[in-house]
Amino acid sequence: MGMTITEKILAEHAGLEYVEPGQLINARLDVVLGNDITAPVAIREFEKLGARKVFDPERIVLVPDHFVPNKDIQSAEQAKIVREFAKKHGIVNYFEVGRMGIEHCLLPEQGLALPGDVIIGADSHTCTYGALGAFATGVGSTDMAAGMATGEAWFKVPETIKFVYYGKLRPWVGGKDLILHTIGDIGVDGARYMAMEFTGEAIAELSMDGRMTMANMAIEAGGKNGIIPPDEKTIDYVKRRAKRDYKIFKSDDDARYARVIEYDVSKIEPVVAFPHLPENTKPISQVANIPIDQVVIGSCTNGRLEDLRVAAKVLKGHKVHNEIRLIIIPGTQEIYRQAVAEGLVDIFIEAGAVVSTPTCGPCLGGHMGILAKGERAVSTTNRNFVGRMGHPESEVYLSGPAVAAASAVLGRIASPEEVC
Amino acid sequence: MEFIGRVWKFGDDIDTDAIIPARYLNTSEPEELAKHCMEDADATFPQKVQPGDIIVAGKNFGCGSSREHAPIAIKAAKVSCVIAPSFARIFYRNAINIGLPIFECEEAAREIQEGDEVKVDAVSGEITNLTTGKKYRAVPFPEFMQEIINAGGLMKYVAKKVKDNG
Repeated sequence: MGMTITEKILAEHAGLEYVEPGQLINARLDVVLGNDITAPVAIREFEKLGARKVFDPERIVLVPDHFVPNKDIQSAEQAKIVREFAKKHGIVNYFEVGRMGIEHCLLPEQGLALPGDVIIGADSHTCTYGALGAFATGVGSTDMAAGMATGEAWFKVPETIKFVYYGKLRPWVGGKDLILHTIGDIGVDGARYMAMEFTGEAIAELSMDGRMTMANMAIEAGGKNGIIPPDEKTIDYVKRRAKRDYKIFKSDDDARYARVIEYDVSKIEPVVAFPHLPENTKPISQVANIPIDQVVIGSCTNGRLEDLRVAAKVLKGHKVHNEIRLIIIPGTQEIYRQAVAEGLVDIFIEAGAVVSTPTCGPCLGGHMGILAKGERAVSTTNRNFVGRMGHPESEVYLSGPAVAAASAVLGRIASPEEVC
Repeated sequence: MEFIGRVWKFGDDIDTDAIIPARYLNTSEPEELAKHCMEDADATFPQKVQPGDIIVAGKNFGCGSSREHAPIAIKAAKVSCVIAPSFARIFYRNAINIGLPIFECEEAAREIQEGDEVKVDAVSGEITNLTTGKKYRAVPFPEFMQEIINAGGLMKYVAKKVKDNG
């Protein structure tokens, strides 16, 4: 019996020839990641352990990105714990404000997440790196602490659902629409504990940015990891960035899958997920007149250069509706700089948007765009849970950057075709 | 180990933002987190929960973020255990790692009502609704996880390993 890409990566990191779903393994870790919310808890546990050093200072990545630039005194204290730990242990990949980015935009860009890796991160969207052909999964702070100390973690080998996306993508449809459509189909626990393997001609068509958006939201279907077998686009992306060796794995033809689900993407429109679960999806043509107060374009889901280009394409020559706040957050300093160079930032400011330094900020109701009671936002982020972006009686509608930008112009949830 | 407590009932897909909203994550002190436990699902929960009480919820409990602050908040609110038909993966792992007992049992989660008094035998997985007299059986932990629990949580398990490795 063959193995899936997920099984092969886990087998190799456990020193085994073969693994099968349900098997408990101890795997070697290539990267252990934490942020300013989760790392302080992990650091406390690490110190309780009595561990004197981390397993490899080059393989721990610490990215303060959630509540930075520090939003209040308590957040400043949390960020300081991470900074001091990084200094004490000589953590090479600690990214300070001004040199940082949203972690899941930053690691691929910096060549720190590579094909064939096993990566754990104390952040649920660590699954993003599956877009590079890595096994990457979110864990809690205690697992992060154990990983920093030993360079290993235990896993139960997951079953895999294979998703096949065939057909030609419609205009304005991107990775976000495909993944929202998928979550709408299988539900927020449709892939609970499982690997989601994304394949097919439409995935091949997507850019690396679009693929990262898809893998990023595997967790929103309950998935353990999302993964896209590497192709030439993947190799082209990583070869310019990698500073260490990497290995390409692909699923065997006779690999076993728990399910195979096919979608004809030519039937998929831009998608909006209504409050308060990402599975509450509707195609844009079925969205009635819903007035909004704020639009956020950014996050680890849609804060990459392609997302900003799409937003700029919609916004160019238009003004943000006079009752709307449009907040645009480039995912990393490098993306920000490129957006300036390409004139995207100029289009945003001309349209009447605010452009922020990279931060997770509003996505999780931290700062930089909190909603008041009764307010409604369209957001390119990943979660629309109760209170996610502010007051428990506010609402978040999830979409891709094209719908978000069009909605900012028209002041209601709108299709980009109404603007362009 | 045995838990006896009064039940607070919650619905399906209770996410970690409902368990501990991110606006309180500028601290990781358990006592502070406990003050806001379950706040966005039930704003009065932190005031009314009593030590030993039990949370019974719907499917996919703890979905969303990886924040370990979620099981920490529940444990610090002195909730003795959580019963649900299923738990989201990261929450499940975090709960075991920090020592918050959780039990998967669909029938118990469906039938037990808010305010019922429930007894849980953590070793056998037997759940007894003392109000109705009905008994249920939770899915036992896999052996590997039982070892982590027996070691006293993941940190003690790893501490031994670090010590063994010198």
